[in-house]
Amino acid sequence: MTTHISPAMIARYADRGSDLDEVTVWSIEVHLEDCADCRALVAAGTTGDTGALLARIAAGVDEAIAAGPVPAPRRRWSAVPNRWLVWHLVPWLSMTVAVLGCAVLLQAVQPSLPSLVALLAPVAPLPGVAIAWSRRTDPAWELIASTPAAGLAILLRRTAAVLTVVVPALAVASSRTGVSLALTLLPCLAFTAATIALGAYIGVRLAAVGLGIAWALAVVLPAVLTAELPAVLQPGSSLAWALLTLLLAGVAATQSDNFRRLSSHH
Amino acid sequence: MRTVSAAETAPTTYPWAIHAEGLRVRAGRHLAVDGLDLALGAGVHGLLGPNGAGKTTLMRALATVLKPAGGRLALLGESVDSRADLRRVRRGLGYLPQQFGFYPRFTVREFVEYMAWLKEMPKTAVPGAAQRAIERVGLTAKADARMKALSGGMLRRAGIAQAIVNDPQVLLVDEPTVGLDPEQRLDFRELLRDVGVDSCVLVSTHLVEDVVAACTDVVMVNEGRLVYQGTPDDLVAQGSEGDPGDSPAERGYSALLRRHRAVTGR
Repeated sequence: MTTHISPAMIARYADRGSDLDEVTVWSIEVHLEDCADCRALVAAGTTGDTGALLARIAAGVDEAIAAGPVPAPRRRWSAVPNRWLVWHLVPWLSMTVAVLGCAVLLQAVQPSLPSLVALLAPVAPLPGVAIAWSRRTDPAWELIASTPAAGLAILLRRTAAVLTVVVPALAVASSRTGVSLALTLLPCLAFTAATIALGAYIGVRLAAVGLGIAWALAVVLPAVLTAELPAVLQPGSSLAWALLTLLLAGVAATQSDNFRRLSSHH
Repeated sequence: MRTVSAAETAPTTYPWAIHAEGLRVRAGRHLAVDGLDLALGAGVHGLLGPNGAGKTTLMRALATVLKPAGGRLALLGESVDSRADLRRVRRGLGYLPQQFGFYPRFTVREFVEYMAWLKEMPKTAVPGAAQRAIERVGLTAKADARMKALSGGMLRRAGIAQAIVNDPQVLLVDEPTVGLDPEQRLDFRELLRDVGVDSCVLVSTHLVEDVVAACTDVVMVNEGRLVYQGTPDDLVAQGSEGDPGDSPAERGYSALLRRHRAVTGR
């Protein structure tokens, strides 16, 4: 920022017939670009024919604008869903919701089975999260991978979009079947955080597949065979789930550098 | 027309926009770029080489999509090794991959604006920059058409528009003229020359004619190594009547490639 220009200089600058040298004119113009007060002084100092010239130019510009094409209408909201939701996620999300609906129905038909909603809750967001950040399913992955915004921020944004669909669906399902809300949502969040944390090392898609298989083999299968709700989903375990979620989210946050590139094995 | 900011007119503090020393990059298990030394400043550089020479892998590494397996790579004076923060470099990058995916529901304008947003441009600058980029590639009439309704050449131009939307200091375009008709190719060469006045443009192509017509500099790679770097006139001078090819430039290209193969014995 330069110091303000003296009124005498401004008067000489505004007078078209004056003999200011080029270097002074440049420094005045650099200052005028940033300083509204000095611009106002110049405007006040102009003579009658300069004013007439400016008016003529303004009229000409207005005319050219009126004759040109109409500006594109401003679309304030249309860009927002594009930034949050990726359209190729939609089929996967509808599938997740449909599966949860089936679980609710099954439980209504067969109340003797352990709660399927509680068993499915941890893995419900995984298909969506796996699809959200994978070079096989995102058509524009190579474009996105070269942009500064690529990385954990975009992954979290897309995960949030998945969760805004999955969490309400789980909440409705748990209220329908009488399962504790905390024991539905906390495992869901814990598994989401685990996918991202593990994804920093082996890729999100592989992490989601691995965690899904592990959960199915270790918990869902024994629960279905013995027809009892496993210990990890008993009412007392919600505190452990909450702590696990926080821990995994912390791990994911420290590994944000690993998401900067879609390197060849991710 | 747009305002030129002080940051754009500031002198650069690095000698080369792209500087690679002994660069090695893997494509899968194969070392596609193997000990490449390259130093490129402002201007339009044509990247030539036979199929499988490592051109696309090199472009991906320069676009910071792939992590280099070894050697040193600096873009815009900043090292882009494995632990580097890439955000600042990526803001100055424009990249058009060979096969670029897109979201078919987006309109051209939405696509270019989305990419501008991913490149972390200021919010207020995005609509104007997108419009300007679309105008520069001659897609104004199709700005509000959906991507899935565009022809191959138009898609290519939409891809070029997203690459130049942030006025990149390093523009990387991989096989840009595929699918363009002769008139569009002339326009595209004009655009490249225009961008190359003060930015570093690297064009990977098979068309020797494009390189001679639009580039200030020729870079030739084979088997992941630099074979030749010089002006198009030099390239033409390398060839003699006996070499295969239909034009002086093609004869120069094949003469260089033969000589290189004879020296390395491959």
